Amino acid sequence: MPGKSFFIDTSLCTACKGCQVACKQWHDLPAEKTVNRGTYQNPADLSFVTYKLVRFNETVVDGKLKWLFFSDQCRHCLEPPCEMTADDPGAIFRDPVTGAVLFTANSKDIDTQEVIDACPYNIPRAARDGTLAKCDMCNDRVRNGLLPACVKTCPTGAMNFGDREEMLVMARRRLDTVKKIHPKAKLLDPDDVRVIYLVTEDPMLYHSFAVASNSAFDVSRKVALKTLLRPLTRLTAGL
Amino acid sequence: MRSGTDIAFLGGMIKYILDNKLYNKEYVANYTNAGFIVGEDFKFKDGLFSGYDAKNRKYDKSKWAFDMDANGVPKMDISLNNSRCVFQLLENHFSRYNTMLVSSITGTPEVDLLEVYKTYAATGARGKAGTIMYAMGWTQHTVGVQNIRTMAMIQLLLGNMGVAGGGVNALRGESNVQGSTDHCLLWHIWPGYLKTPRASNVSLDAYNKKWTPKSNDPLSANWWRNYPKYSVSLLKSFFGEKAAKANDFGYDWLPKVDDGTDYSWLTIFDKMYKDAVKGFFAWGQNPACSGANSNKTRKAMAKLDWMVNVNLFDNETGSFWKGPGMNPSTIKTEVFMLPACVSVEKEGSITNSGRWMQWRYQGPKPLGNSVSDGDIIMELGNKIKEVYKESGVFPEPILNLKWDYMTDGLYDPHKAAKEINGYFLKDVTVKDKSFKKGTLVPSFAYLQDDGSTSSANWLYCNSYTENGNMAARRSKKDAPNNIGLYPEFAWCWPVNRRIIYNRASVDPKGQPWDKKDWVIRFAGDVKDGKYVSKKWIGDVPDGGWYPLENPDGTKRKDAKYPFIMRKHGQGQLFGPGRADGPFPEHYEPLESPLENNLMSKQQMNPVAPVYTTDTDSVASNSPEFPVVGTTYRVSEHWQTGLMTRPQPWLLELQPQVFVEMSEELAKEKSIKNGERVKVASARGSLECTAIVTKRFKPFKIAGKIVHEVGIPWHFGWRWPESGAEESANLLTPSTGDPNTRIPESKAFMVNITKL
Repeated sequence: MPGKSFFIDTSLCTACKGCQVACKQWHDLPAEKTVNRGTYQNPADLSFVTYKLVRFNETVVDGKLKWLFFSDQCRHCLEPPCEMTADDPGAIFRDPVTGAVLFTANSKDIDTQEVIDACPYNIPRAARDGTLAKCDMCNDRVRNGLLPACVKTCPTGAMNFGDREEMLVMARRRLDTVKKIHPKAKLLDPDDVRVIYLVTEDPMLYHSFAVASNSAFDVSRKVALKTLLRPLTRLTAGL
Repeated sequence: MRSGTDIAFLGGMIKYILDNKLYNKEYVANYTNAGFIVGEDFKFKDGLFSGYDAKNRKYDKSKWAFDMDANGVPKMDISLNNSRCVFQLLENHFSRYNTMLVSSITGTPEVDLLEVYKTYAATGARGKAGTIMYAMGWTQHTVGVQNIRTMAMIQLLLGNMGVAGGGVNALRGESNVQGSTDHCLLWHIWPGYLKTPRASNVSLDAYNKKWTPKSNDPLSANWWRNYPKYSVSLLKSFFGEKAAKANDFGYDWLPKVDDGTDYSWLTIFDKMYKDAVKGFFAWGQNPACSGANSNKTRKAMAKLDWMVNVNLFDNETGSFWKGPGMNPSTIKTEVFMLPACVSVEKEGSITNSGRWMQWRYQGPKPLGNSVSDGDIIMELGNKIKEVYKESGVFPEPILNLKWDYMTDGLYDPHKAAKEINGYFLKDVTVKDKSFKKGTLVPSFAYLQDDGSTSSANWLYCNSYTENGNMAARRSKKDAPNNIGLYPEFAWCWPVNRRIIYNRASVDPKGQPWDKKDWVIRFAGDVKDGKYVSKKWIGDVPDGGWYPLENPDGTKRKDAKYPFIMRKHGQGQLFGPGRADGPFPEHYEPLESPLENNLMSKQQMNPVAPVYTTDTDSVASNSPEFPVVGTTYRVSEHWQTGLMTRPQPWLLELQPQVFVEMSEELAKEKSIKNGERVKVASARGSLECTAIVTKRFKPFKIAGKIVHEVGIPWHFGWRWPESGAEESANLLTPSTGDPNTRIPESKAFMVNITKL
């Protein structure tokens, strides 16, 4: 599968949030009015104006404290459930060169909630008028030979970006190294997404949507039969 | 570990290293003063070194002198067996620092102490290296200098100084702290770490005599023996042609500081508070938030007649008169704001922690009516000169000051950089080399004490030469040892030496301890087991002398010890120049949770400065303030937040000042995560948002539970608009290290209450 990919090595992330700010700067997104809610994580969640968010979690594993950082963003799935659900290339489409999954202003005209519910990583966020937004892979930068803003700014090497094959090699090589110290280390959904995370602990400790549920991609593949599945999705959402 | 107990923690490591013989014996014996014999006057009892004067809170350091032989060279026993040698005294001093006691003081469990000690001490093996990178917090204690010294001693014991991947590395609080210190930001030093003259240094000759160290050991390079060359070259740089031998090169025109008095930050604000200071330039700083005991600082500024605030934006300092608790109608201070441009809008250099002077070009032009610091100071100088031309008491220093660093009416950083490097002021021949008047001096080895050279900072001589601006170089070619020195990228003082004291990276025969990642190696010719020609390769060696020994093990008389800036040429395990003792000792902070120091009868550093105004309340071992407090930074804000708090994207990330505490303390106080609380010390209080976290844990100290909390100090009332996010320095005390007077803002006592 050609195109581009990210490799995000959480073992190197210091949670400086440089990626968050670089994202806002490149996309000229406004700051949200926030308060400290008893955590370093801010804003509280992704939003229509926040595409990139470092999630903070404290947990004790085998008697040792772990402060886990997860720089969350759209995974740019190889077979994006959002795109299939929307089924409207004017609203959601993929750049054939980079593989970036892109939302347009027309996304306000589709069934927004359905698209949100289809995402196994809980990424898309809607404006009040229903327009959807999320990470766009800095596709404008990438198509002009630049790195995504978040990758460009990362001072530790946690954020990496390049041709997909190159990133997969880097990810696997790095996993081998990290596993020597962190035997539970793994790559998250590397065969399904273009944003491949390396984590050292159980992914659920980082974020409940760190990995897609087992059935997510099976479901998404079946979205081809979406006339059959749509009522089911709605039903699930209704629960 | 509990804040303020680093010496106990590291002292335990010294004991561990000595007990288990994990030190590099050859390094310690040859390159440190471990073998020096200390005089009989040196004693240590009940937490005090000999020579203590309780009335003046001062030591008589002459009691700590080394025993000298007939030639005036320290007596040595490099077998390290003499009971009065430094090594034996060191072992004895730290014998008290057992893990049980250290654990009881620091709160670190013994098993964790041992794991750290074992891991780190393993770097003492020959060919291994360990480095320590510390942040400014380590210096902000009443034992700040001794904190760093304890680590430096560990590095000496393990042979980790001067080697690749070794050293004690300060991570500065700002990108150019090294540069500003090199160029005399501090009151007690002139550029290049020359001493600010004391009133008792009545002439240039007296000044040079006082501050030029003497060594009678032919093996000691004693580099500071060159002191007069550097001081005279500096005076020539200050006063140009007006400085002549007949007038002591203008020495009399320079201000002298009173003997025994200090002019440090803490003392300046103490004097200001006592109405003894009339005017104040707050240049690129925000003391209303950054200084310890901010309430005192803010009240002190209300006693000024005038203040000039040079900064990018208005801040809590320039607007102190309308801050919390201030009544503008009763404040006489007139504040002038001079808008300065930001670093990227000007050309010039910064010097990083690794001493790399890096030239930076101008990016965007300055915004609005802001100008560079260089332009502000040049114009100020010109105006002051104009005023003094008309009249003025003692006008010579001002009128004779050479002030020619402008081109076309603007400050010219190249002219300043060249002046810092220095010029030949006449045609001279030095060491068989001839130099033309007006050319740049190639290296400080050519500076003279006869007025024929200038240099505004001898350490930077070699940075801007006839070959160009060395700091602007950007070659990515590595040195032959391939350890990442990149000798042609920027420039490093001294003389582009990338690792200082690198002659300690080789054994006495000049061959590297570490064969793989070596810094320098001696490659001179050998004949009959003796070196017969001089050649070092790798980094610029710390002096090109022969190694101490020949390949056949015979000692050489033309060699030098590696620590060339030290009088005796040795790394100082015993440091008799420090205000608070030649060995580090654990003392409790000014404010401690303990009634008694567990290490000795001496509760706090006996020579730490104490200030006594009504704003200097102290509460140690007090039930009113039972919780240890410390301050720190977060990556989202910078310094007092002047450049980050008004930035919406950054304020979004860290919108409010917070206090971090353990789940246990929160439970005890019924505080919920995210709730606003009040944190108070004996001096002030502020509102914070509680972050209840597993990252803080109660300590078991001296058998009781002690809690600690931490607060970032980046905030201030001026922004965000709510005015509710204040500086953590409202809590910190006006005391500090007796050597540097850096405030003790990292360990103090507080209480926390629900709002």
